[in-house]
Amino acid sequence: MKLSRSSALLKRLQLGRRAVIAFPLVWLTLFFLLPFALVLKISLSEAAIAIPPYGPLLEYADQTLHVFLNLGNYLFLLSDSLYIAAYWGSVKTAFIATVACLLIGYPMAYAMARAPARWQLLLLLLVMLPSWTSFLIRVYAWMGILSNSGLINNLLIGIGLIDSPLRMMNTQFAVTIGIVYAYLPFMVLPLYAHLTRMDNSLLEAAADLGSRKINTFIKVTLPLSMGGIVAGSMLVFIPAVGEFVIPELLGGPDTLMIGKVLWEEFFLNRDWPVASALAMVMLLLLLVPIVWFHRYQSKELAS
Amino acid sequence: MSSLRRINFSTVMLVIGLLFLYLPMFVLVVYSFNASKLVTVWAGFSTQWYGELFRDEQILSAVWTSLRIAFFAASMAVCLGTVAAFVMTRYGHFRGKTALSSMVTAPLVMPEVITGLSLLLLFVQMAQITGWPADRGMATIWIAHTTFCSAYVAVVVAARLREVDHSIEEAAMDLGSPPVKTFFSITLPIITPALAAGWLLAFTLSLDDLVIASFVSGPGANTLPMVVFSSVRMGVSPKINALATLIILTVSLATLLAWFFMRRNETRRKAALRDV
Repeated sequence: MKLSRSSALLKRLQLGRRAVIAFPLVWLTLFFLLPFALVLKISLSEAAIAIPPYGPLLEYADQTLHVFLNLGNYLFLLSDSLYIAAYWGSVKTAFIATVACLLIGYPMAYAMARAPARWQLLLLLLVMLPSWTSFLIRVYAWMGILSNSGLINNLLIGIGLIDSPLRMMNTQFAVTIGIVYAYLPFMVLPLYAHLTRMDNSLLEAAADLGSRKINTFIKVTLPLSMGGIVAGSMLVFIPAVGEFVIPELLGGPDTLMIGKVLWEEFFLNRDWPVASALAMVMLLLLLVPIVWFHRYQSKELAS
Repeated sequence: MSSLRRINFSTVMLVIGLLFLYLPMFVLVVYSFNASKLVTVWAGFSTQWYGELFRDEQILSAVWTSLRIAFFAASMAVCLGTVAAFVMTRYGHFRGKTALSSMVTAPLVMPEVITGLSLLLLFVQMAQITGWPADRGMATIWIAHTTFCSAYVAVVVAARLREVDHSIEEAAMDLGSPPVKTFFSITLPIITPALAAGWLLAFTLSLDDLVIASFVSGPGANTLPMVVFSSVRMGVSPKINALATLIILTVSLATLLAWFFMRRNETRRKAALRDV
């Protein structure tokens, strides 16, 4: 009698446990994983003038099941140099912006971690605050600063350094500075988290043993903050590759980026299959960085 | 000489970095009070753009739509993200753990155009098979925002759960408290600050999203970023500067308040530790 009651209880516990696991697992499978399968599916279908604008993959007629796997969209991406140029432009711009973020963000995070304890929270909030306002408006701010009649040009002409305005808006330079500006907080945050957790006695030991400051930095601090460097770089690089708002507002006709091309294929050309193929190739391109980031994140979650 | 030596490279970079982050926002605020319609030419102090902003029906209704979506998305994301974080940190090994942890961290870095496109295709397919959603709008944006916001909540809450001493929960369960009761009476009160932080983060992320909402929205629902974007595309406008100023002011006040409370708690904790 007693035994059966406790086993019933155990069963209920197990059931409850499964239900708790199922809630996020089912939601994310339905709204995160399944959609990717659909992108793959539609990237293999043919564009059609219909609602929705693509043809079926399976068709049953004359007692035969026809399977249409249209590789045309992918071949089309390869045949048109516009798409390859856009992928290359995105990766290049994202890479330059990531390096710039790292070069600015690392000393910032280092100074924050070394600051007096009562200052650290305030500094952290100051760095994060811009990212809580509005991404769109922060990019918009640069339109007023960089344009031909903008702040920088007015200033330079005012002090007589230049006669005619420098063309900064709608250039590669504007897009890069926009990405660095928008994503800098996401670089500083993980770097700071790593540097502040570092054991100071290691640095003292190195100093006691006569290591020079720069040497200690390269041999002790830098390797110990590697996790933060990886996380910060991926948090900047991966979203920057697919960035749409920044090249749309600050870029020009010569700044090709894949996020913008995908947007235009989808919203202007209404070619859903080609847009899906673009998304699949972008995902493939980002697979290694995403897996790298995930490895690092799950190590963090486990520790 | 000694004061010169204390000014080192990283401190200088921190000051430059903060200036870089804040100067453009400062410029936005200053020019929102400009009398001229040309955003970059100063023509005297004026608050007329604030008046125009509050008379703009389209912006006002978009603000209301965005606030409602953000409220419901943040609330649902906190439920989903907290359960996910709890399962990840407290449940040991189970089938599907790798899948769950991948799906929790992937949205953090997924390019928005991919998330937006994939969710739209899902909603279109669902509408074909089940008839729902017949119209895309607030409900579909809510689902999309809940999904990507829950990833951020999960990271924030998991960090807190890992700090918390697990033995209190184990003690309660050893004394016969059922898991559900243990969670609500022990775990939840301890992690409440993290839930609040996660909710606020999700709320701002949802308010801020343009790309995903543009994909999954229908003709009926325009969020604030969608309205701002279509206006900004045409060029700079002082009305948007006024809106930006109000957003920056709100976020700054909220951050100041958060800082004040966090610092007070810290001082109290230190005082309590001293008394022991």
